[in-house]
This record gives sequence, C-alpha cells and structure tokens, in this order.
Amino acid sequence: MSKDERGRATRRGQPYLEEPEAKPFWAACREHKLTAQRCSSCKNIFGFPPQALCPHCLASEYEWIELSGKGTVYSQIAYHRSWHPAYQDKIPYNVSLVDLAEGGRLVTNVVDCAPEDVKIGMPVEVVFEDFPEYTLPKFRPVK
Amino acid sequence: MGSISGKYCIVGMGETAVGKRPDATTNSLHLEAIKACLDDAGIKNSQVDGLLTNQPLNDSHRSYAVKLSHMAGIDPLYATDLALGGATPIAMVEHAVMAIDAGLATTVVCVHARKRSTVDPTPGHPIRRGDEHWEEPWGHFAAAGGHAFAASRHMHEFGTKSEDLAEIAISTRKHASLNKNATMRKPISLEDHQNSRMIVAPLRLLDCSLESDGGGAVLVTSTERARDFQKKPVAILGMGQHHPHFSLLDAPTLVTLGGKKSSETAYKMAGLSPKDMDFAQLYDCFTITSMITLEDYGFCKKGEGKDFVKNGRISIGGELPLNTHGGLLSQAHLEGQLHITEAVKQLRGNEVEPERQVANAKVGIVSGHGGSLAMHATLILGAL
Repeated sequence: MSKDERGRATRRGQPYLEEPEAKPFWAACREHKLTAQRCSSCKNIFGFPPQALCPHCLASEYEWIELSGKGTVYSQIAYHRSWHPAYQDKIPYNVSLVDLAEGGRLVTNVVDCAPEDVKIGMPVEVVFEDFPEYTLPKFRPVK
Repeated sequence: MGSISGKYCIVGMGETAVGKRPDATTNSLHLEAIKACLDDAGIKNSQVDGLLTNQPLNDSHRSYAVKLSHMAGIDPLYATDLALGGATPIAMVEHAVMAIDAGLATTVVCVHARKRSTVDPTPGHPIRRGDEHWEEPWGHFAAAGGHAFAASRHMHEFGTKSEDLAEIAISTRKHASLNKNATMRKPISLEDHQNSRMIVAPLRLLDCSLESDGGGAVLVTSTERARDFQKKPVAILGMGQHHPHFSLLDAPTLVTLGGKKSSETAYKMAGLSPKDMDFAQLYDCFTITSMITLEDYGFCKKGEGKDFVKNGRISIGGELPLNTHGGLLSQAHLEGQLHITEAVKQLRGNEVEPERQVANAKVGIVSGHGGSLAMHATLILGAL
C-alpha cells in the first residue's frame, strides 16, 4: 500500500480491509463467500458499504449471512480512459452496478464477457478474483 | 408564518475571468469574486455581515468562510462552509435567505471559486468523499463514470441516444460562442460530438464539462433593503433541496434524481409551474445531468427529454433557453456558481451580449447537482 507525504496509507485503487464495519466482508471474500449484514430486527439486508446500525430501522443487532451470489446488472459502462496506472492496459473495461438477489448493490466488474456484451438486466453470478493482499467479488453472466 | 417567497433578493453579483488563471490561487479567486460582487452592488465590505462559501476540495481550508470573511475585511455575524458539491452555490443562497430571515445577518455574500484548470499552489491535501474504496478497487474512479451509469440506464429505459445528448452539448456551445467570458467558444456540430473520443461509454468527451479556474459571488439581502442598491434587484421566489441517496450503492434510481422533489418544493413556494419559466440554467457537469433535470423539473415527462431538447427548443430564441452562458460544458465549471450569476444578469436585462439576452425574461429556474448524482438544490428567481 502506498503512503502519502504524511505517511497515511493511500488506498486509491484498493479496498480498505481494516475498516471495522467492513472487516468481516473482506475476510469472507478471502474464503470466496459473498456476505452481507442482515438486520436481526427488521430482517432487511443493510446494503453496502457495511455500517454499524441498520439503515432501515436503526437497530444495532445484525448477522452476517452468506448470499446466493446471484444478481442483476442495474447499469453498465465501459471505461475508455484510465484514471489509474493499474488500468492503463485494461481499457476499455466494464464497470457495472449489480443489484444482488437478496438486496444491496455493488460497484463491480462483469467478467468473462466483452464490455460491449454486458447488458442492463443481465443475470449474473459472483466469481472471486484473488490478489496478493485481498479478494474482490466480481460477476459473470449466468450461463 | 407567511411565505418567504419574494421577501429576499439578490442585489449584487460578480464573476471573475474564467478558464486558465495560472497566476491565481484559490484564495485570490475568491477575493476577486467578492470584490466584483460588492462593486456591482455598490457597497463596501464593512456593510456585509454574513458570508457563505463552498468547502474547498483541499484540507488546508477549514472554516474557510470565516477565513475568507477576514481576508475580505468582513466581520461576519453569520458565516459557514457548505458541502453539497455542485448543489452548494444554490444552497448558499438558500442559507443566506434563512439566516437573514432568522435575524442572524442582513447582508450576506455567497462566494465560490475553483482552481482546477491550472495547478493550485495552495498547500494541503485533496478532500475525498469517503466511499471511494467501494468503487476504485473495481476501476471506477471518476464523476464521468457515475454519470455514464445514469446515461446508460436512461438509454436502456427510454431509448435515449448519444445523438440526443449531443443536442445539449451543441446548443450550450452555441451560447458559449456568444459569451465573451467563456472558455470554449468554437461552435460544434453533431458530427464533432459523435467523433469526439469515448471517455466512459456511453459518454464522449463533448458530453463532459470543463475543468476551470475562476470564481463568482452573489449578495443577498431583504427585498425591503434591496431598493437602496444601485442595480435592479432579482427576487428569490422559490427554493428547494433533495438528496435522495449518497452513493451509487444506495441510489434507488439513477434516472430520477433529487431535482424532482427539490423543484416541487420550489414551485410550490413560488406559486409557479414549469410553463412560467422564461429560461433554465440547469447544472450540466455532463449532458445527461441536464437531460434528467429537464424531466425532473417537469418541462417534459420522464423519458421524453430526448425529444424535448430537439428543434432549437433549448436554444436562445427557443421555448426554453437552457444554459444561456454556455454552462459547465462550455463556459466554465465553477460548480454552478455562474448558473446563478447568469440568471441574475438575464433577469436584470441589458447585462449580457444582446444576442444572448432572453427576450422579456421575467422568471427563471436554476439547478445545482452534486456528489454521486446525490445532492440537488433549486432556485426560482424573478425580476422585481
């Protein structure tokens, strides 16, 4: 992780694994499980990013549940310009908003598919991409 | 409690030269805008007792409204920074009205400047929104991306095409070509738009706004006091805000935004409807933003923006001139501060190039839009 001139970690382009509310999510991704917080009171999925109290009823009790990994593309775009050196050789690449079957949405990539073939409304399922320090949930078209 | 509509006025406005201002700083641009505004109003700094500004995107500017006040020789009874992104300039006017109505101040300057085209020598670190680490790991970095999601979804739901968005870019550039204080003044064609490079599909370069240096300010006081000022006052008839989500992850929809409820509040306060508007200065960080706002503001039905923007309707001389100054797309991107000053000039009359003046302009609507398509504010202004 790179540091700025004050020694603070600059997380540009990387998830923040130590954020207390999100730590269980990133740990589960490492085991290739997609999880979300479910409110113990109103039973709704919190959504993302994870947070301390239920955004629907403000209850503080929740459990982490494993999701089916199924979702639908709400919107999709293709980056033709790179804002980060790591993506220079990847353009054009897809970024999608995927609505998860149980609730909640992720900014993610639809992979195993050319950017121009990603369509809004397309059913997708989770796949995990492992990096040395973390694992990212991505999605592929349901075959 | 009686309506606040028409009880407060904009009695001064200032704009700096925009574009590339390599010798300017964030501080100098704000001061230049304040001075231009006070000169326009014909009052001294000692007569101002309130100041509102936008939180600059640099962490060295904490409590910036207080700092700016004292840099400008103002002893404020009311001062604060607002942080609603591109909705802030309008929110500042709304807060000025509320502060004056509450008796906290009498004469409030609302100022915003940006130093984004050339390097800002101000020390410090950039301020971040705070949820970027839920976007950037997947390669999502820019405002262009967020608005491309909205454009993509709008195209999916309503059949809007890139060529329809181009209508907004072309008309806005035409207006900028008539504005001496605009950055991009060379007219563009549909072909230019379609040939401009893809940035984040479906948005092309000519769907995107500029990065600019410059500043603007307006002065707000009561209508009662407004008559003592040298310029024709412009009344604040309606105000509204709505912030229906914070990030792309909690947005219930990206094709209807805060503009719907924000404008409903403003229309109700003003006792006016879309058909009463002689012009619209609608936030245009991207072409899709103005298209969605035209629909949300009730100028046409949801999904019909693509037809509304055609056949010269949104050009000067048309039914609803849109962004008569050239907007963020072609004049300068100062987060909508100049949408307000332009509306003031149009309503005063005789303050813009004659070919840019909307004939018999009596009432106009102005929108601000910020964050991940998250924040929205509306002003309805009228000639007094």
